[in-house]
Amino acid sequence: MAILEVEHIKKSFEHTEVLKDISFSLEEGQVLSIIGSSGSGKTTLLRCLNFLETPDEGVIRVRGEELLDAGKATTLTEKAIRKNRLHFGLVFQSFNLFPQYTAKENVMLARKLQAKELPDFKTRKKEIYEEIEKEAEKLLVQMGLSERMNNYPHQLSGGQCQRVAIARALAMKPDILCFDEPTSALDPELTGEVLKVIRELADQNTTMIIVTHEMAFARDVASQVIFMDDGRIAESGDPQEVFNHPKEERTKQFLARFNEG
Amino acid sequence: MDLFWEQFPIVVKALNVGFLQTLKLFFVTLLGALPLGLVISLGSMSSFKPLKYVVKFVIWIVRGTPLMIQLLIIYYFPGLVLHNPIWGGGESGRFLAASVAFIFNYACYFAEIYRGGIQSVPVGQEEAGLVLGMTKTQIFFKIKLLQMVKRIVPPMSNEIITLVKDTSLARIIALQEIIWAGQSFMKGSSGISGAIWPLFFTAVYYLISIGILTILLSKLEKKLDYFK
Repeated sequence: MAILEVEHIKKSFEHTEVLKDISFSLEEGQVLSIIGSSGSGKTTLLRCLNFLETPDEGVIRVRGEELLDAGKATTLTEKAIRKNRLHFGLVFQSFNLFPQYTAKENVMLARKLQAKELPDFKTRKKEIYEEIEKEAEKLLVQMGLSERMNNYPHQLSGGQCQRVAIARALAMKPDILCFDEPTSALDPELTGEVLKVIRELADQNTTMIIVTHEMAFARDVASQVIFMDDGRIAESGDPQEVFNHPKEERTKQFLARFNEG
Repeated sequence: MDLFWEQFPIVVKALNVGFLQTLKLFFVTLLGALPLGLVISLGSMSSFKPLKYVVKFVIWIVRGTPLMIQLLIIYYFPGLVLHNPIWGGGESGRFLAASVAFIFNYACYFAEIYRGGIQSVPVGQEEAGLVLGMTKTQIFFKIKLLQMVKRIVPPMSNEIITLVKDTSLARIIALQEIIWAGQSFMKGSSGISGAIWPLFFTAVYYLISIGILTILLSKLEKKLDYFK
């Protein structure tokens, strides 16, 4: 069974239709790359999955469980939305780290707040916090940041910040980790170090959806690629197929510059 | 010169009494205007349009007219126009009227500073909190509040220093603060008359208290310097 099923998602802002009937599914442990020009709706799609936007129409299912059916009149409570969100993680283009917390505190904050809702929190507080701290440290080591755990975001490079943000998202143990142009704010050198950790996550079979302009990376890391154009999925399938033998005229056009270079 | 040293202790004693009233007005204003400003600022950002425009209108009136006129109207209007002197005639009545005028006036200035602080926190901070499953309340207290405070400390410091000096405006309704106390030696008080130096000397009180405030406020600013 697919870990994620998205069916007929539509979304408009004012009078602009940004997503026009998007459907796709993703298997557990797979990586989906979404490519396409700016304004094609890639970011909006990720924001819908993370419940930062509510689709006008469509269904989102994770492991068969229906998280959202925009067609139904029932509105989700804030609590339900929070629960739905935790199936997904999101890494932003601009990192959005919390500046007043150290790298490690950034990774731990949401987990600690979440722990307060546990029934045995009061009696096991110390134990729970120690466990959260250990996990945060492990994640930061995995991101190659063992020397940077107690630094504040302004003391870190962009690449380091983005790796902290990835650790922060992973700390919530999402089913599906989403990346919204994770390297667009970085120079080529820093881009490399971030792509490296994402590739490592792919090797460990982390289910991911990656919106990116790094074409070679999208091709190599993904098990499935979607090319979006004007709010629609113009072409999708196996990365080698889509990149080397695009069928649609629009895809050929978009990939022309990349394939030449 | 001998005369000056004779007068000096008498004058200082009277100025101290006046200065105490100045300090009282200063602290009462801060205590009232800091929270009231937050309420007004939330009102000015309300998504309920009528409330928003009423609040914005009130802020415009208060910031658009001199505090001195507001003091005069608040103190004299009930008695002279409505024939209902709610403040009474004594020093405590004048202090109450002055407090109301100052709290309301400063709350409107603080409200605009708060608004700037709240709106300056990037929307990405809230979104990052949301996708990590935090509630809006957690996001406000654990993420946004400190970033807001950091941004409003410098403009707030400015406003607070201005408040120390603005308390002298309460002289216009004969509140017996330090300017009033200094001036009293011109007309004659405690056997001293025609002396203008006590009035000039009040400046020293302002300088010292603002000096202390400046040090305290910059310490607070430094304390928040650990993040950017």
